[in-house]
Amino acid sequence: MNRPTYHLSWRAGRFFQRFLQYSVLIVVAVIVFVPIVMLAFGALKTRGELMAHPYTPPVPPRWENIIAILRTPRYSFWPMLRNSLMVMVTTTAGVLVLCSMAAFVFARMEFRFKGLAFQLFTLGLMFPINIAILPVYFVLRQLVLIDNLWGVIIVQTAFQLSGNIIILRGFFAAIPAELQDAAYIDGCNAFDFFWRILLPLTKPALAAVAALTMIISWNDLLVPLVVINNDKLWPLPLGVMQFQGQYGQDLSLVSAFVALSAIPTIIFYIFAERQIISGLTAGAVKG
Amino acid sequence: MQSLPAIPNIFKLKPGTGAPRKSQDNLMIFLFLLPAIVLFLLFVVYPILQSIYYSLFNWNGFGPAVDFVGLDNFRNILKDRVFLIALRNGFLIIALSLSVQLPLSLILAVLVGRDLPGRVFFRTVFFLPYVLSEVIAALMWLFILNPDPDRGFINAIIIFLGGRAQPWLGSTTLVLPAIFAALTWKYFGYHMLLFMAGLQNIPAEIEEAGRVDGVNTLQNFFYITLPLLSSTIRTSAYISVLGSLQQFILVWIMSKGGPVNASEMMATYMYRFGFVRFQLGYGSAVAIYMFLLCLTFSVIYMHLTRKPDHLSGL
Repeated sequence: MNRPTYHLSWRAGRFFQRFLQYSVLIVVAVIVFVPIVMLAFGALKTRGELMAHPYTPPVPPRWENIIAILRTPRYSFWPMLRNSLMVMVTTTAGVLVLCSMAAFVFARMEFRFKGLAFQLFTLGLMFPINIAILPVYFVLRQLVLIDNLWGVIIVQTAFQLSGNIIILRGFFAAIPAELQDAAYIDGCNAFDFFWRILLPLTKPALAAVAALTMIISWNDLLVPLVVINNDKLWPLPLGVMQFQGQYGQDLSLVSAFVALSAIPTIIFYIFAERQIISGLTAGAVKG
Repeated sequence: MQSLPAIPNIFKLKPGTGAPRKSQDNLMIFLFLLPAIVLFLLFVVYPILQSIYYSLFNWNGFGPAVDFVGLDNFRNILKDRVFLIALRNGFLIIALSLSVQLPLSLILAVLVGRDLPGRVFFRTVFFLPYVLSEVIAALMWLFILNPDPDRGFINAIIIFLGGRAQPWLGSTTLVLPAIFAALTWKYFGYHMLLFMAGLQNIPAEIEEAGRVDGVNTLQNFFYITLPLLSSTIRTSAYISVLGSLQQFILVWIMSKGGPVNASEMMATYMYRFGFVRFQLGYGSAVAIYMFLLCLTFSVIYMHLTRKPDHLSGL
């Protein structure tokens, strides 16, 4: 007789707990969405509609602003997109190549001063680009890399080294030593082992590093802000900031520009969420 | 780790392979490390050293630095009221992050838990702001914080609820809380993610065992989950502290450090002197102060996370 009532109250308690959980989570989700939804609303209304009814859903949606930005050369959305893509692809390739090579040496080979060299890279974690930007600017100026996308690429790559070498070293070290022994017995040298066995086996880790680097490079404003003056070389984040400064009064046009610049990130996030998240958690746990 | 060079000697496949392989290995180590080390030395280490040098000069960035002023820049920074405001704001953001943002993230991570249906959906939504760029986040918040209730959504809600419209970014007292709200919106998902990963590492059996022993949910959280999460909490706090100290883009776009320096941060202060006023020696000294602060927090963090069995090995 006791058991059913116990069971029932347990179920009721569990139901109540679930209800509470979902209520809190849904409220937070709504708060997260508010700024995003407001931006989307603004982007899909005409200037007049946004003035008259700022908070109503854009029914019917107006695509004029979006089309204007995509079609008007003066707004230079496409050149900015191209600059951003160029920086992102090159930086990501650079980070993948340099970090996987260095991480391989640290994880799999023995040499003098290995500990010291590795410590040097971990020191880089304490010197983030936001603090280093002024000192780095001096060096870029000496190397005549101002107003050059390579300046942005090199600095972004250099400041992604520490974290990613540490992450990849962890993954590379986790490959069993027996595999390396077997490869060497079969006549592989160290490079063969790295290229034919280790890299294919650690693809998920490389994908995580790539996804994370892509996001960081794509979103970076500070480095281009300092390095690039020529408006033909602006990547998207810098372009968005300048666009807001120039057309700030036309809120719906600015909203459309900001929303358009957010779309590539959101699409990428939907497809690469798993990689981004595993890269971030690995970085935090190992770093 | 393992002694690979021993293998050829054991099997004696090709007599003498040991020596060439060794030098071949050394060549590979050199070539594999070279690009990363060169880039790192040139763009991370060398700038630090160079800015230490420039910080001793009064230098506007044109021509060589000749006006040697010793430690005057460092002294003057500490005398500047605006820098002290920036320092105070930095610590205020740290305090708020540790007392509001982190607990919030932890609670949400626990609420999402291990097996809640819809877990992945909530994680995806909460993490979305982290993925968006700081420029986009700053502009979104700039729009909804607009003081005009016909343009700014937050004031519209406040008026709808019967309150009064606030000036937000235009007010010396509200600007920092408003920026902190935007910061929390952008970054809580990241900390939640770390906590979720930490929770994942706690075996469900431990909490199960607690439940069998009659521990209630709250006790379970405080006496079992929280202590087991301590290393994740430390990591999260460290990341939060370092992030707060170097906050730049969000503040620069939302308030430019104003009004009347009320939201000045160390990074905006440095940017202003370095790239707006071109007092590069002074700006370098600010960078070094920031670097020393980060270094201090890093050393504290390393001491806190050092495991007892590692005491001898740093």
